[in-house]
Amino acid sequence: MKKHISILMIMAVLAGSCTSDSEFLDREPTNILTQDQIFSDPELPLSILADFYNRYYDFGRLEDWPSVADFNVAYWSEAGRYGHFENTDRGYGDWGTWDYGYIREMNLFMERLQASEGLDETDKTRFLAEARFLRASYYFTLVKRMGGVPLILESETYDFSGDPSYLQHPRETEAAIYDFVISEAEAVKDILPVDANSKSRATKGAALAMEARAALYAGSIANYGQTTPSVSLPGEEVGIPASRAEGYYQTALTAAQAIINGEAGNYSLYTKKPDLSENFASLFYDKSNNPEAIFVEDYKLQSGKVHGFTIANQPRYGAEEEEGGRINPSLSLVEAFETLEGECEPLPITDGSGNYISYENPDDLFDGRDARLEGTVIVPGSTFKGRAVDIWAGVILPDGSIVSGDSRGQQKEFPGSNGQEQVVGFDGPIDGLEFTAQTGFYIRKYQDPKAGSGQRGVQSDVWFIRYRYAEVLLNAAEAAFELGQTDLSAEYMNQVRSRAGITTELTPADITFDKIAHERFVEFAFEGLYFFDLKRWRIAHIVMDGVPMTEQEVTSDVCDVTDRLTQPWGLWPYKISDPGSADDGEWTFRVRKPGRATGADRFRLGNYYSEIGQDILNNNPLIVRNPNQ
Amino acid sequence: MNTKYYILFLGLILSLGSCEIDNYEEPKSLFEGALTYQGDTIRVAQNDVRFQLWQSGFGKEGPLDVHVTQDGSFSSLLFNGDYRLKFIDGQGPFKAISQGGQQGDTIYLNLNGSTNMELEVMPYYMIRNPQISVSGNSVNASIELQQVITGMDARDIEHVTLYLNKTHFVSANGDMNIARGDADLTNMDNLSMMVEIPDNLNQDYLFARVGVKIAGVEDMLFSPLQKLNF
Repeated sequence: MKKHISILMIMAVLAGSCTSDSEFLDREPTNILTQDQIFSDPELPLSILADFYNRYYDFGRLEDWPSVADFNVAYWSEAGRYGHFENTDRGYGDWGTWDYGYIREMNLFMERLQASEGLDETDKTRFLAEARFLRASYYFTLVKRMGGVPLILESETYDFSGDPSYLQHPRETEAAIYDFVISEAEAVKDILPVDANSKSRATKGAALAMEARAALYAGSIANYGQTTPSVSLPGEEVGIPASRAEGYYQTALTAAQAIINGEAGNYSLYTKKPDLSENFASLFYDKSNNPEAIFVEDYKLQSGKVHGFTIANQPRYGAEEEEGGRINPSLSLVEAFETLEGECEPLPITDGSGNYISYENPDDLFDGRDARLEGTVIVPGSTFKGRAVDIWAGVILPDGSIVSGDSRGQQKEFPGSNGQEQVVGFDGPIDGLEFTAQTGFYIRKYQDPKAGSGQRGVQSDVWFIRYRYAEVLLNAAEAAFELGQTDLSAEYMNQVRSRAGITTELTPADITFDKIAHERFVEFAFEGLYFFDLKRWRIAHIVMDGVPMTEQEVTSDVCDVTDRLTQPWGLWPYKISDPGSADDGEWTFRVRKPGRATGADRFRLGNYYSEIGQDILNNNPLIVRNPNQ
Repeated sequence: MNTKYYILFLGLILSLGSCEIDNYEEPKSLFEGALTYQGDTIRVAQNDVRFQLWQSGFGKEGPLDVHVTQDGSFSSLLFNGDYRLKFIDGQGPFKAISQGGQQGDTIYLNLNGSTNMELEVMPYYMIRNPQISVSGNSVNASIELQQVITGMDARDIEHVTLYLNKTHFVSANGDMNIARGDADLTNMDNLSMMVEIPDNLNQDYLFARVGVKIAGVEDMLFSPLQKLNF
């Protein structure tokens, strides 16, 4: 009987199931949004844009501290990274990028946005302009690193016919990509808002700043590319004809002047604080009404988008975690900062007859220097977060011998000491000991002075400035100089220099290529721009020629940034112990090379444009290789 | 006890059952040779110069890179077959020689068993008559340069340099380079260099080579390696 009931029940269940099969499967998905849903509410396209903003490609990034401190402007005080300075060559593929997935997503977004009907027209045009700005930004990144690339402006779909050759596109010329970036910036600048307070979204200011930078880079490749004829391809995928230089420089100057004249909103140099060094440092961390920042990558505490730049680089002594001190600026960078009178002089370590000078306080050595020095670098004797750094390498005895230690703040007894005395700073420098100031310096730029910024649980919300007003000024100054308008160039240069406290104004006759190159070197240190300056002026293979440096070379011609810079050197302070003498307890300095910096960087001609991966070449035979690889 | 037998049994099965049939035989044809100009070897820096071998017929093509060692020789273990040998533009202190017609400078290569091949190229210069010797506390060197490529493609000399190294890998980017000295280029008929031997050595021998940097060409030309005892 039971059996019959079961069979009946099964039959009943089966009978009931048949009718609604198709409807059962036809359901609205609950975990994804449809096109129509997305493009009807302005919040959703904005969140897609936010993803594009988040994927913006920067060369230097605060989340990746070595990226801002490469090319021997600093030594890296971290045990796992000394190999970088034992090496000579960089791979041809280094710095390469080829993210056509990113481009495809932006293309799809624009196509769907244009086809949508549910959105307000003003929202729609602004979103579209922002997406075009971001796509042009990425093409700018591509052309800077790879040269000319395929220009894909529509989404493409494979038809599964077995023949994908219609999806293969050749590389455009390098000039064509720069032209595209410039024309996109021109096209969107009047659609984007004129708003100097909007920093993290694209504005007219950001579009013009990008245009000025792109045109300047293109102009200098056209101009200086002539010095390295082998860095070019017959199809001009790499290399721009010299005849185009003037046009690009003119475009750069016009775009930069549009910002300078206030057409894009009220931007100006940051001058809030009376102490000029502090002013320069706070330009990078002051996020309220900062008139200098034009376009930034912003961070927010307790939002998940924070970075550990301060954790990585805070002075090790008194740090909020048991780490820090990684970026150690090199002596070559420190000495490149001029005196306040605008003179290029090596630091006065020795007097005219070669005897070492002694100083009462370690930071006296840096007195009277360009205010940007102490705004960029933490020098011995200065402070961070109100605490003095303790950078000194040892004690010098009257006979010239040195007593030092191999752990931070070690104590020893030595002739003339009062029992056990400290013989080395709590911040080092101790050669080979990570997190100590192995060049005698720490970085200050982009370090966050807020309490907690050095804690892993809190981190920092200091923004990374991609475009700032001082760069617009110096871009204008360089373009004006190349166009022969040295008076205009001097005017812009002087604005930047007087903000740094330099009292002597430049006259038009003073403006030279070296002067402009030097100004950019000190103003933009650790901002990710130096690498592209080296490349576009075609001096990278001269600056990094694989030949080790000598002490003599490090301390002479200190302002010439076209000189050799293949190794990061340091400057170590020592305390003089000579009881009874006037020098007792004073400080003296020695030039030192970090022991692990055994290699000497060599930038090969094939490094000017990154190698295009063999997988890409295999998939698309129309792509030509970059030269000299 | 039981487990032990299971493991032994499994091991036996595995050792008998795997491999043999499904593996390719390893490549056995040795392709070796040297870069030459009229029979004279062209020496370069270790790992600086390479050329590529291409093979058709196996789907998408990808190159096999062959690196040239510092004495100008190369070697590569390959499968038998037809290859195309291509020099890369800008690689090496030389130009590839055109093979005529459609072929350009590509060299067709049929590999059947081990092959020794001299790859003839056109160097910008040849180093002739290199002399390196120790006298007292210094190393003296001299070379003569023969310009091979003249006319439109002729290149100047950027520097001629004597390198001393603790190891036998001597080139401009050698990490263990301990001294270098440039020749005076005002008289190209008399290129001589002199370098003091550093005094903090822990060995009584050094290796030396003279390198020639040609303007606009990255890879340098080198003289034969010489071991110096003192």
